[in-house]
Amino acid sequence: MKVTFRGGVHPGHKSKKPTQALAVREYVSDTVKIIMNMNIGAPAVPCVKKGDQVKIGQVIGEAQGFMSVPVHASVSGTVLSVDNIPYLSENPVGCVTIQNDFQDDWVELEPLGDVEHVDPSKIVPAIQKAGICGMGGACFPTHVKLTLKPDQKCDTIIVNGAECETHLTADHRLMLENGKRIVDGLRAVMRALDVKNGVIAIEDNKKDAIQAMKQACFGRQGVRVQPLMTKYPQGGEKQLIQAVTGRQVPSGGLPIQVHVVVLNVGTCAAIADAVIDGKPLVSRITTVTGAVRTPSNLRLRIGTLVEDIIGECGGFSEDPGKVIFGGAMTGLPLPNTDVPIAKSTNGIVVFNKHDAVSVEEGPCIRCGKCVSVCPIGLNPFQIKAATDVDLLDRAKDLHVMDCILCGSCSFVCPSRRWLTASFKNAKQKITLQAKKEAAQRAAANQGGEQK
Amino acid sequence: MIILYAGLVLGGLGLIFGLVLSFADKKFHVDVDERVEKVRACLGGANCGACGFAGCDAFAQAVVDGKAKPNGCAPAGASGAEKIASIMGVDAGNSEKMVARVLCQGIRGIAKERYVYDGYKSCMTAAGIAGGPKDCRFACIGLGDCMDHCAFNAISMKDGIAHIDENLCTGCGQCAQVCPRSVIKLLPASQKVRVQCRNSDTARLAREVCAKACIGCGRCRKECQYGAITIENGYARIDPDKCQGCGACAAVCPCHCISAPDTVAEAS
Repeated sequence: MKVTFRGGVHPGHKSKKPTQALAVREYVSDTVKIIMNMNIGAPAVPCVKKGDQVKIGQVIGEAQGFMSVPVHASVSGTVLSVDNIPYLSENPVGCVTIQNDFQDDWVELEPLGDVEHVDPSKIVPAIQKAGICGMGGACFPTHVKLTLKPDQKCDTIIVNGAECETHLTADHRLMLENGKRIVDGLRAVMRALDVKNGVIAIEDNKKDAIQAMKQACFGRQGVRVQPLMTKYPQGGEKQLIQAVTGRQVPSGGLPIQVHVVVLNVGTCAAIADAVIDGKPLVSRITTVTGAVRTPSNLRLRIGTLVEDIIGECGGFSEDPGKVIFGGAMTGLPLPNTDVPIAKSTNGIVVFNKHDAVSVEEGPCIRCGKCVSVCPIGLNPFQIKAATDVDLLDRAKDLHVMDCILCGSCSFVCPSRRWLTASFKNAKQKITLQAKKEAAQRAAANQGGEQK
Repeated sequence: MIILYAGLVLGGLGLIFGLVLSFADKKFHVDVDERVEKVRACLGGANCGACGFAGCDAFAQAVVDGKAKPNGCAPAGASGAEKIASIMGVDAGNSEKMVARVLCQGIRGIAKERYVYDGYKSCMTAAGIAGGPKDCRFACIGLGDCMDHCAFNAISMKDGIAHIDENLCTGCGQCAQVCPRSVIKLLPASQKVRVQCRNSDTARLAREVCAKACIGCGRCRKECQYGAITIENGYARIDPDKCQGCGACAAVCPCHCISAPDTVAEAS
């Protein structure tokens, strides 16, 4: 039986065709630029200097506190420089550039061994040590998700193989080629949290992946495959939980409040590598598609430059208009191609000049399509009316902060209104305002204490 | 006869209601301090919120209650503050007129652009995409978040940066609040000489991204007779208390990033 959530859209699933049937191939570049704040939370601090020799898996950036993971060298070779480079974030980020010597020397690994016999208390620390953070796109440190407070309990772990984004097939190929690893990772997490119920959720446009995962799960107790209806944003954490368990994550809440942890398939495979082999996260599968000569799924070392990746795919087939990290619906445009991939880069989509043009927005015609597709159940047209005149309080009352920025409303709007963009802007402004107010309050409190 | 009855009934009703109303007026009378109205009349009237209160009415009430100072309304300026002070019978306090100034000269062709931004028209969103369309991470992004927030129409966008009309600016500071780059600063209106760059990167990096970036060379500091200029964090700063407005620094600046007072140009 297929399950799903309320709302959602169907952006061209045909766009997945070019890379769907192609096996993943490995690509290693001459130099890698490994940035230090790939994960949400505190950035790592570089612990190597220019001229150092490093091996694959060697820690080059140390984690800073609990909300942080270490960064490892993804190739063996010489450190060329340690500096700050402009990245996708607002401010420049720390970066270690390594020249590859193609020796592929690994550091000494500390495998924990088979999942069935490993000490459960060692699993979560091993995950942090391996530098694993959510590989579906958000890059939230995985060990933080898996560290439950005493009052929290978890009864289901969902592995997210929905891959609802247009164009991307990286997770699909991973499930086909490495299903066993995903199941091992899931079992490791189930053992660590002592959970008896593991669900691998896959959209039903990937029939072969469902089959492959069913085979991989065969004989594993408590693990099952759940087909999902093909619909965007089926892979959104909250939508997935609703579809699989029927539970709703409360407004502003986290999945753990409904006793669920959601992990991406890539994250699960990385967890299996970390636990069974002791290998840190140094490479990932990325879909490269759009206006490139040979669209492919590549296994790339973290820190490979987009320029090299495009070259490996035969270069641009048309004049590029925009190059996007992630899928076409939620991805981020790159300022240039001199940018390295991070742990969360699941796709690189190249738009040609024609597709990249921004359209002028028209007036709202009150058709209500945005309301019917919103997976959260918001009234996008009303929120947009508020954000257009900068009424942030009104937008907040209309729950703009619950918007997951999936882009469904902008996708269906016949007037091409910039709904999602304005909600993102409103969310940024509200967050900033809250920060300022908190700072003011703190300052006022301090003043009061001094008096 | 019927007309007489009707007149008597309606007249009687009118009399009764009139008496009730006049009684209620006396009984439930609320004392409104007349000073609130007077203070309110002296204010800017734009409800800009720069004073920190919900609007002009709230500020006027706060002044009368003694919770706000007479010079708290930036748009009313010094003259307004004096009027309010005379109404309240207190000293106006120091309220030098402040104006907002854009400390960036990175117009098109001067500041390098790394990509063409055609997304949502907001500086904050653009700043979040790889640090904005300009190479300089201190530059004015020029998409007009400040212009949208200016209640006095003092800000316009020209050549990709914000321009502030000093005659219209009341110094309320709303623009400085919303600027994601903090490129707008409130400075005394009397300070004509100012460094119009905040790039704290090294000289080489600053020069790479903008032709008019302050590189912190220190020639202005040497030239200044009054010791008003310091180089901190890679760019020059002028102490408004020490600056005499001679403009000698502006004349020697190799990057043309110090604004010269008009008077200097005339005198020389």
